[in-house]
Amino acid sequence: MASTILEMRDITKTFPGVKALSNVTLSVEEGEIHAIVGENGAGKSTLMKVLSGVYPSGTYDGTIVFRGQECQFAGIHDSERLGIVIIHQELALVPMLSIAENIFLGNEHASYGVIDWNANETRTRALLKKVGLDEDPKTLITNIGVGKQQLVEIAKALSKQVKLLILDEPTASLSEKDSQALLDLLLEFKRQGMTSILISHKLNEVSRVADHVTVIRDGQTIETLARKDVTEDRIVTSMVGRSLDDRYPPREPKIGEVVLEVKDWSVYHPIHAERQVIKGIDLNVRRGEVVGIAGLMGAGRTEFAMSLFGRSWGRRITGTVLLDGKPVDVSTVGRAVDRGIAYVTEDRKTYGLNLIDHIKHNVTAANMKGVSKRGVIDDLRELAVANEYRAKTNIRTPSVYQLTGNLSGGNQQKVVLSKWLFADPEVLILDEPTRGIDVGAKYEIYTIIARLAAEGRAIIVISSEMPELLGISDRIYVMNEGRIVGEMAASEASQEKIMRAIIRGEGKAAS
Amino acid sequence: MTVESSPSPQTGVAQDTHEPRVAVSALVTNLREYGLVLALIIIMLFFQFTTDGTLFKPLNLSNLVQQNSFIIVMALGMLLVIVAGHIDLSVGSVAGFIGALGANMMVTWQLGLLSNPLVASIVCLLVGAAIGAAQGYWIAYHRIPSFIVTLGGMLIFRGLCQAMLGGGLSVGPLPVSFKELSSGFIPELLGVWTLVPPTVNAAGKTIFGSGVQLQMTSVILGLIGVAAYAWFGLSARRTRERHGYQAEPFALFVAKTLIVSLLTLFLVYQFAIYKGLPIVLVVMGLLIGLFVFVTKRMVIGRRVYALGGNPKAAQLSGIKTERLTLYVFINMGVLSALGGLIIAARLGQAVPAAGLGSELDVIAAVFIGGASAMGGVGQVIATVVGGFIMGVMNNGMSIMGVNVDWQQVVKGLVLLGAVVFDVYNKNKA
Repeated sequence: MASTILEMRDITKTFPGVKALSNVTLSVEEGEIHAIVGENGAGKSTLMKVLSGVYPSGTYDGTIVFRGQECQFAGIHDSERLGIVIIHQELALVPMLSIAENIFLGNEHASYGVIDWNANETRTRALLKKVGLDEDPKTLITNIGVGKQQLVEIAKALSKQVKLLILDEPTASLSEKDSQALLDLLLEFKRQGMTSILISHKLNEVSRVADHVTVIRDGQTIETLARKDVTEDRIVTSMVGRSLDDRYPPREPKIGEVVLEVKDWSVYHPIHAERQVIKGIDLNVRRGEVVGIAGLMGAGRTEFAMSLFGRSWGRRITGTVLLDGKPVDVSTVGRAVDRGIAYVTEDRKTYGLNLIDHIKHNVTAANMKGVSKRGVIDDLRELAVANEYRAKTNIRTPSVYQLTGNLSGGNQQKVVLSKWLFADPEVLILDEPTRGIDVGAKYEIYTIIARLAAEGRAIIVISSEMPELLGISDRIYVMNEGRIVGEMAASEASQEKIMRAIIRGEGKAAS
Repeated sequence: MTVESSPSPQTGVAQDTHEPRVAVSALVTNLREYGLVLALIIIMLFFQFTTDGTLFKPLNLSNLVQQNSFIIVMALGMLLVIVAGHIDLSVGSVAGFIGALGANMMVTWQLGLLSNPLVASIVCLLVGAAIGAAQGYWIAYHRIPSFIVTLGGMLIFRGLCQAMLGGGLSVGPLPVSFKELSSGFIPELLGVWTLVPPTVNAAGKTIFGSGVQLQMTSVILGLIGVAAYAWFGLSARRTRERHGYQAEPFALFVAKTLIVSLLTLFLVYQFAIYKGLPIVLVVMGLLIGLFVFVTKRMVIGRRVYALGGNPKAAQLSGIKTERLTLYVFINMGVLSALGGLIIAARLGQAVPAAGLGSELDVIAAVFIGGASAMGGVGQVIATVVGGFIMGVMNNGMSIMGVNVDWQQVVKGLVLLGAVVFDVYNKNKA
């Protein structure tokens, strides 16, 4: 029988006015993959911060026992010395330094302050081999994709003699393929005897790799399930505290005439001028219709959407946009918004929100005309609008004066959605609308999408999660390498069909 | 990093717990502003004490305003520049250059109508706008860091200023009517009211405390200002309450209004028993009012904050970020020019060193006022208070006879202290 490597007993952590954790208990066996699931705000990240010493001993109640020893960490260095390494959701790599420099940052092989680059490089090569990353150690971080960056983070963790590896939503920004590779790597580490804790929203991943699953809700441990008891329904039920009969809200599509039509849309890369990223896309969406765009990371979906939305991405953009059958000029964001097009970004923190301002100001940012007269803002009208949309999209905060930077991912997404709903668009393009948010909030977002479609708006959803596209769309386009390689009614679509379209498209592109 | 919001299964209850929280948060969010005003008052009382009461003497108050108004005028523009996420190092040089240009137009060059002080001043403001546009163009449309562009501008315009003055000479004297901008007082329309008639003692001197005469126009203007302030505050409260929103607690509102009004009336009284309100103070007051309105109530002001908070998100919300950046620098150029005119009017001539180093005082005022170097955060009133803190320290230490070298040390420490206080507060919250 495996021995227990980590035990956290009765962990209670209070912030002013909020009990973030109350008597949480977690027990991890040596050599297993232990998943922790829970809604955003449930307390997972707080628990991991307690474990890794971000919140030092004394600021919380309870005991931590690691490898038979009671631990009182004063900071991250203490926990890392014992081999507890956490990889945060937001990667902590320096973009303009090389892979090798990043891996040994703060831990360089050096004598008297002079770095031995050969030793660093040799060790980096060995580590990269372990994580299956085939890159030159001298490559700059900024030049490799997010999936590979994640692997560099893991290699960095391995360089610290890790005993317990904690991954906080490692696949949140990875494509299906990269996610699979990462999970395989975790399983490989497990064979070598390493213990991992995996925090994830993606239940299919959890049920694939985890030996035990601990569910946390409202700062409390709900239950720990062994592998044989794990089913998605069971996890979902205990995560949200109620059973979700259906992951997607029911809707009866009432589809009207074509609202938006795009013809022969082509875009070139903004820096590599000779690279054509979007290669002649034709696409349309009807009133009341939800159209999904499926595809792998790098298929060009975001680039397509952003180039359409006021030429926010790319160069040498050609093609026609028709709204209600008439060609329109959408060459700036302002014009696109005026014509009734809205684009909800996949990266809400970088492109969607002013994180240092509160909800009220964020909600009205795209439609200041709606709350002002002759350039003067009507403060009360703005407050009423913000409160209205807070209620409509169910943003859970005490007031609209909360800074958006302090909100959970789900609430942030609802603020971005509110901003664009207040602009009252005819066509709404949603790019990864549920990325990094929990099951309960996802359902709420789906409900909003369904309601918008029922109001007669045309909706385009870009998503890397195929079940989600199948669950909410009426029609699905499949994109690969800048082209539409398939179009199917959602009722006839399946994950296999979509994948087949992508693979066939790849064959076509090669020939 | 995201601070996950507290799980709130009590969403339904949130409405009810709403009101006291708003009251507390109103106090907390304004704590910094109150703290800043408190700091200014403490500093004033300190110098009032160490200068044996010279600081609040009517003559000195007028001097204080006339010496520092150009800093505050330029700080208003700098606030927007910094909120937009930029910096402008050229303002001192631009002020100097404009002073030289104006002086030459009015005194050296015989330009007919263009030599008229008023016309020349307007031309100077337009040249300021053009300078702002020229610098803003590179920053906004070519994305050259503002630090570099305005560092270039700082060298260029200081050089042009000196070249224009024939290398180290000064140009003057400036027309008396132009000097009124800085050293004049508002014309007395209502007459002087003798509060306490002067009593002359045996030695032929007026006895202390007697001979108090009030410039009534200034008094009336002060009273109107205070009444308007209170009335606007009250009506804003009423409207909020009528629409069912919680305003700040009434006691807090009364206390705030009372303190501001009494302080204002006290200062107005001090001016009124001297020569009345300085013209430059009135100009500054109007500008402050305008910028409060623009930043708090106007769409363009809000957009500057959105731009500084997250430029990419602002652009994707349909804000024309390049044009907005250009406007911000044009505004800065105009205010730098006005600052330059005020300096020249006070000195009565244009000198090569006019405005030298003042960009640092201007930037310091904005940061003491709590603006963020990253952009997106900053308040007009706080900036003005920050400017006065710098001004009172300059003035107070000069009266005390503190060496100029040590004055700089103290000002540097105050700037650091203010920013450290801010960072500490943010981390605590």
